[in-house]
Amino acid sequence: MTSVIRALGAFAKFWKGFLIGDAPELFIGTLVFVGSALALGHHRDAAVVVLPLIVIVFLAASVLRGRGRS
Amino acid sequence: MTTSTVVLALAVFGASAVEMVEALTIVTAAGVTRGWRSALEGSAAAALVLAALVIAVGVPLARLVPINVLRVVIGALLLVLGLDWLRKAVLRASGHKALHDEDAIYAKTVADLSDGSAEAREGAGAGSWRHARRDATGFTVAFKGVFLEGMEVVLIVITLGAGSGHLALAAAAAAAAAVVVSIAGYLVARQLSEVPENAMKLGVGVMLTSFGVFWVGEGSGLRWPGSDLMILVLVAVFAATAAVLSLAMRRIGPARRAAAADVGNP
Repeated sequence: MTSVIRALGAFAKFWKGFLIGDAPELFIGTLVFVGSALALGHHRDAAVVVLPLIVIVFLAASVLRGRGRS
Repeated sequence: MTTSTVVLALAVFGASAVEMVEALTIVTAAGVTRGWRSALEGSAAAALVLAALVIAVGVPLARLVPINVLRVVIGALLLVLGLDWLRKAVLRASGHKALHDEDAIYAKTVADLSDGSAEAREGAGAGSWRHARRDATGFTVAFKGVFLEGMEVVLIVITLGAGSGHLALAAAAAAAAAVVVSIAGYLVARQLSEVPENAMKLGVGVMLTSFGVFWVGEGSGLRWPGSDLMILVLVAVFAATAAVLSLAMRRIGPARRAAAADVGNP
C-alpha cells in the first residue's frame, strides 16, 4: 500500500514539475491559449492573429519574470 | 513527405539529441569511474524501458482517443514544454541564466562516483571494458541518467507521434538521435561542452511551440490558412520572437551574467 502511495506521489510530482515547474505563468498561459482556441475555433481571421499573440505575450512575460529570479 | 512530417522528424531528432547529450555526460562519467560494462548495461536497460513506454502508451493513445481531443491535449502539452524550453534558452542566450555546462556536470558526477569504494574502481579497471565487473552503482547511475533524461523524449515522441499519426517515424527520429549522439560522444570523448546545446534547445523549443499552437488550433476546429504550411509560418514567427526577446533581454537593465555553471537544471 505504501509503495503504491509513494508511486502515485512520484507520478503526481512528475506531472506537477512537468506542467508547472518553476514557471507557473506558462501553464496559465497555456490554459488561456486553449480556452481562446476553443472559443475562436470557427473565427479563423481572429484566431490566426490572436492565438500566436497570446503565446508571444505569455512568453515575454515569463522571460521578464525569469530575469528577476535567475 | 509533407512539411509537417519533416518538421516533426526534425523536432523529435533535435529534442532527443539535446536530452541524449545530457544523458551521455552521466553515462560517460559512470563508465570512466565505475566501468563501461555496467554503464552500458544500465543505459541499454533504460532505453528498453523507455521504448516499452512508447509502445504501451503511444499506440493505444493514437488508436482509442478521438483525433481532435488528442490534438488539443497533446498540443497543450507541447506548448507547455516548448514554451519552457524557449524561456530557458532565451534567458541563457541573454546571459540571465547560466549555460548548461556539461563539463561541470561531468566533473561533479565523476567526483560523486569516485567517493565510492576504491575496490569498485579497481574492479571496473578504471574504465576498461575487458576487465570490467558488474558494478551496481555504475549500472544505477547510468540507468537513472538515461531514464530521467529520456522521459522528456518519450513524452515528445508520444505527443508528436500520436497526434500526427506518425508514431513510428517519431520513434525512429529519436532512435537516430540516440545513435548519432552516441557516435559523436565516442568520437569527441569528454568534449560534450562543445555541443551548441542552448541553440539546439532554442530551435526545438520553437518547433514544439509551433506544433502546440497548430494542433490546439486544429483540434478546436480552426482551419489554418495554408494548412500544414502554417507550421513553417509559426516557426518563423516564434524564432523571430525568441531572437527579439534575447536581444531585448541583453539590453534591459544590467545584464547579470550568471557566473556559476548550471549543473542541476535541464
